[in-house]
Amino acid sequence: MSHEPTRYMDRTREFYAAQGFDKAYVWAHHAHTPFQALKKPIAESRLTLITTAALYDRQATDTREVASGSMRSRPEHLYGNDLAWDRTVTHMDDLGSFFPFDPLEAAVASGTLGALTDRFHCVPTEYSQRRTVESDAPEILDRCREDGTELALLVPL
Amino acid sequence: MSLTARHLEENGIPTVIIGSALDIVTHCGVPRFLFTDLPLGNPLGIPGDKRMQHEVVSLALTLFESATQANTVVRAKVRWSDSDDWRSRYAQIRPEDRARLAAAGEARRALRDQLKASGKVRDS
Repeated sequence: MSHEPTRYMDRTREFYAAQGFDKAYVWAHHAHTPFQALKKPIAESRLTLITTAALYDRQATDTREVASGSMRSRPEHLYGNDLAWDRTVTHMDDLGSFFPFDPLEAAVASGTLGALTDRFHCVPTEYSQRRTVESDAPEILDRCREDGTELALLVPL
Repeated sequence: MSLTARHLEENGIPTVIIGSALDIVTHCGVPRFLFTDLPLGNPLGIPGDKRMQHEVVSLALTLFESATQANTVVRAKVRWSDSDDWRSRYAQIRPEDRARLAAAGEARRALRDQLKASGKVRDS
C-alpha cells in the first residue's frame, strides 16, 4: 500500500471522465508566488480564519457567495454537503476537524497569538477561477481590511 | 482557496493554508502551506482527536514566522490510521460504478443547463 500523497488531480480527472465530461478541468498554475514577510510577531498580530465550509446547508442549486460569521458566538455547525471531500471515509460532524476555533482561542489565551478578528469568512469554491480572482478573493480582502486582519489562516475542506 | 491566499498575500496580508490536497495546492503555488496527509474533509485531524487538531494548528501558527520565502511547504507528522486503505477510496471507480456515474453525469449536465437557463449560474 502506498504512503505517497493521494493524486487528487488525477483522481478527479478520471472521475469526471467517467461521468461523461469530455473537457478536463484545468487547475490554476502560476510560475510566480507572492510572499509577504511578517511585519510583526504573531503574538502581536490579529488573525482571521477563512474556510470553504458554508454557514448553511447549501443545495446544489444555490448560488455560492462569500459569507461571514461571528467568532464571538461559535457556530454549532458548518456545512459542506455540496463540496468535494472524502465522504466514504469520514464526516464533518466534528467542527474541530476542519474549523480550528478552540486551538486558535487557546493560542490567544496562551499569548502565542495576539488576537482573533470578530469575524471569520467563508470562501465559495468555484469552478470558475476568474470568478474567484475577480470577485470572491477581492471581497474577502475587503472584509479582512474592514476587520483589521494582519494574518489569515485558510483551511479548505 | 489557494487563489484567495495568493490575493491576500499580494495585498500585504501573510497567509498560511492548512490542507490535504498536496498536488492541487502546490500546482497553484501558495506562500505557506501546511500539508496534512489526511482524507479531504478533516484537514486539522481525526474527528474527536483534540490533541492532533491542536498540534496541527500550532504548526500552522509557527509556519507564519518560520517561512522565509514563497512556496514553503511543511508536512505535518499526522497519520489517519495504521492502514492506508482510505487512500484508494476517494473518487474510486469500480467497474460496477460506471453506469451509475454516467447517469450522474447526465443528470448534472441537465441541472447545469437548467440553472444557466434560469440565470442562477454565476459567470464562468
